[in-house]
Amino acid sequence: MTTLEMIDSKIHPAVGEWTLPDFVDEADLPGRDGDRVIQFREAIREAMSHEMRQDEKVFLIGEEVAEYNGAYKISQGMLDEFGPRRIIDSPISENGFAGMCIGAAMYGLRPIVEFMSWSFSFVAADAILNNAPKMLYMSGGQWGCPIVFRGNDGAGGQLASTHSWCVEGLYANVPGLKMAIPSNPYDAKGLLATAIRDPDPVFFLESERMLGDKAHVPEEQYYIPFGRARLAREGEHCTLVSFGRPVHFCVEAAEKLAADGIECDVLDMRTIRPLDIDAVIKSVKKTSRVVVVDQSWPFGGVSSEVITQICERCFDYLDHPPVRVNTEDVPTPYAKNLEAAYLPNPTKIEAAVRKVIEATA
Amino acid sequence: MPHRTVYEAKIEHLQILDEDGKLDKKLAKDTLTDEQVVHLYEQMRICRELDEIAFKLQRSGRMGTYPQNKGQEANAVGSALAMKKGVDWLVPAYRENAALFMHGLPMHFVLVYWMGDERGSKMPEGVNITPLSVPIGTHMLHATGIAWATKIRKEKDKAVITYFGDGATSEGDFHGAMNFASTMQVPCIFYCQNNQWAISVPREQQMNSQTVAQKALAYDMPTLQVDGNDVFAVFKAVKDARKRAVQGGGPSFIEAVTYRLGDHTTADDARRYRDQGEVDAWLDKDPLIRTRKYLESQGVWDDKKQTALEERAKKIVAEVVKTAEGIEKPSPADFFNSMYAELPADLRTQRDTMRTSSIGRNPEQIGLKAQAAGTR
Ligand SMILES: Cc1ncc(C[n+]2csc(CCOP(=O)(O)OP(=O)(O)O)c2C)c(N)n1
Ligand SMILES: [Mg+2]
Repeated sequence: MTTLEMIDSKIHPAVGEWTLPDFVDEADLPGRDGDRVIQFREAIREAMSHEMRQDEKVFLIGEEVAEYNGAYKISQGMLDEFGPRRIIDSPISENGFAGMCIGAAMYGLRPIVEFMSWSFSFVAADAILNNAPKMLYMSGGQWGCPIVFRGNDGAGGQLASTHSWCVEGLYANVPGLKMAIPSNPYDAKGLLATAIRDPDPVFFLESERMLGDKAHVPEEQYYIPFGRARLAREGEHCTLVSFGRPVHFCVEAAEKLAADGIECDVLDMRTIRPLDIDAVIKSVKKTSRVVVVDQSWPFGGVSSEVITQICERCFDYLDHPPVRVNTEDVPTPYAKNLEAAYLPNPTKIEAAVRKVIEATA
Repeated sequence: MPHRTVYEAKIEHLQILDEDGKLDKKLAKDTLTDEQVVHLYEQMRICRELDEIAFKLQRSGRMGTYPQNKGQEANAVGSALAMKKGVDWLVPAYRENAALFMHGLPMHFVLVYWMGDERGSKMPEGVNITPLSVPIGTHMLHATGIAWATKIRKEKDKAVITYFGDGATSEGDFHGAMNFASTMQVPCIFYCQNNQWAISVPREQQMNSQTVAQKALAYDMPTLQVDGNDVFAVFKAVKDARKRAVQGGGPSFIEAVTYRLGDHTTADDARRYRDQGEVDAWLDKDPLIRTRKYLESQGVWDDKKQTALEERAKKIVAEVVKTAEGIEKPSPADFFNSMYAELPADLRTQRDTMRTSSIGRNPEQIGLKAQAAGTR
C-alpha cells in the first residue's frame, strides 16, 4: 500500500509560517490593575496596531475602516499610521471581502476583516462558514486560513431585529473556527492579539454597548491563550457562567446576592471555541449549582451546549437542574422597553440564582 | 450636448483553428508550434481516457460522483500551457483536470479526491493549485485574494487563473470577485468555461446577456470571447491576459465557448433535458477531433501514432487507477486531523476517547485520566 504521506508534500506557508506567541500563565500576564485607563475600542485598536507594526502581512479591511475611522471609531488614526494599502476601505460587499481575504490568508497574508456588524456577516455566510473553517480540512491539512473576522455583535442599541444579531449561537456550531467574546478592555486586547497570531480562522465578537467601557490596559502587547476562562468573582454557593457583555450583569447580580450571604463563582469564558469546560466543571463540583447566562437565543445555543456538557461530566454533583438565562425566544424587538425585557439583565440573573439556592436550601 | 454616448463597447470572438481543423495562419503567428500542439493533443487524449475510466469506476461503485470533462479539454490544456508552471497559481472548480495535470498534479490525486478523500487535494510541493472547489463560484474570490496577496508581497512575474462555469457567473461571488479584482487591479485571469449548461439549466435561461464576456465590461476589465474548443485561441487569449497581468495591467476575463459532451456528473442523465441533435452538432466540434485533423494536415500525426497514443493512455490511466485504489484509506483516528493547525483541548479529548458521543466527552466515565485525554 502506498500512503499519501509518502508523496513529498509540505504544508503551505500560510500554515507553516505561523508563530504562536509564548503564552504565559494568567498570573504572569501584566497586571489588570493600574491607571492606564483606556476605552474598549482603544484596546482593540492597540492590539491590531501592535501586530501590524510587528508583521507587515497583517492588514485591516472593511467598510468605512479607513477614511471614516470605522463605523464605531475602532480604527481611528490607523489610516494615518499604516496608509491605505494596509487599512483598506472596501466596496460594500461582505461576501466579496471575506472571500477574497480567505484567498489572501491562504497565500500567507494575515487579514483582519471588520464587519460593521456581525448582523451583516450573513451575506458572507459561505465564505466564513463553508470556506474559511474548512479550508484546512478540505485540503487534507495543507491550506491554513489565518484570518480574523471581527465586529459588533449583540443587541441593546435599539437597532431592531435585523441589526441586533448575536451570532455565537449559530456560528459556534461549526468546527474549524475559533471564537472569542471578550467582556472587558483588558481581555479584548489580549485575546485579539492572540487571534491575529492564531493560525486558524478566529471569529472575534465585540459589543457596541461596551466599546466605550474603560479600564486599565497595559501598554505592552500580551497574549491571552484561548480556552482559558477567567474567574471574575469567587464564591461557593452557585456558579455563574457567561461570556461577553452579560458577564457584567452576572457580577452585578453576584454583588447583590453577596449582601444576603450568597456567594457566586462568576466564570467569564472569554472563548467559546475552544471552550474551557474544565473550569466550569471544577466550579460546579464545588458549588453544585449552576446558572448559565447567554445573550443569544436559548434553542441549540451556547448555553445549551455548556449545560449539556455539565450534565455529561458532573451530573452527580448537581443539587439542582442547571438553569439558564437567555434572551427571549423572539426576534430582537425594536421598542426600547421590549428590547430591555428581551435581554438578560442582573435582575433576571439574581432571580435565577435565588431560585436555585432556595430550592436546595 | 445633453444626450450623448458615454460608453461604447464591443465583444470580440477569437477563433484560430476552425471546426475543420483549418488554421488561420496570420492569427496563429507566435502561438503554438506543431510540437506543442502534439503535446497538448496527447494531454487531452490521456485526460479523456481518465474521464471515461472515472465514469466506469463510478458506475461500478468504485468511486463517488464524478464530473466529466469530456469536450472541454482544449480549455484546460491551452490555458495551462499559457500559464507558468510552478510559478503561477491555478484556482480550479472541478472541470479542468488536464490543466491540473499539466501543472504537476499527479493524476491519481483527482481520483483519490473523488473517491472521497480530502488528501487528494493536498498538493505536492511545488504544485501551485488550490483544492478543487465545488461550492459554485466561491473560489473566484479566493483567486482574487491570492492574486492580491502576490501583489502585496511584491512577487514578480506571477499570475493567477481561476476556472468556473457559465452558471457560476450568476453567483454574487462572481461579481464580488470581479469588482475586487478590478478595483484592486490584481494579476488574475477569470476563465469562464461556458459549456452551455449548468446541470439542466441552459445558458439562455441562466442569463439574458448575449455573451458571458460582456459581464466583464461592467468592471472595465479587458474581455474576450474565444472558441474554447480551439487550443490556439485558448492559448493566445490566456497568454495575452497573463502578459497583461504580470505587466501590471490588472485582471482579464475570458469567455470560452465550449460544450459539455457528457452528463453534468455521474449523478445526472442529460438525455432527460437535452436535445440529442444539439449534442450531435457539438460532437463534430470535439476539440480532440479538430486538433487531430490539424496535426494530420501538417503531416505530424497519423493512425499509427494515434494507436500508440491510445495504448499509452490506457496504460497510464490503468496505473493511475491502481495507485489511487492502493492508497490506504484514512482511519477514524484521522477524524480530527486537519481541523485546526493545533487541535484544541476539548477536541483532543473527543479524539483521544475516540467517540463523539456524550460518553466520549467524559474522560472520567470511560476511565481515562484527564491528563491523558489531553485536557488540562
Ligand atoms: C453555491 C452552490 N450552489 C449550487 C450548487 C449545485 N451545483 C453544482 S454544479 C452546478 C451547476 C454549475 O454550472 P456551471 O457553473 O455552468 O458549471 P459546469 O458544471 O457547467 O461546469 C450547481 C447548480 C453548488 N455546488 N454550489
Ligand atoms: Mg456550465
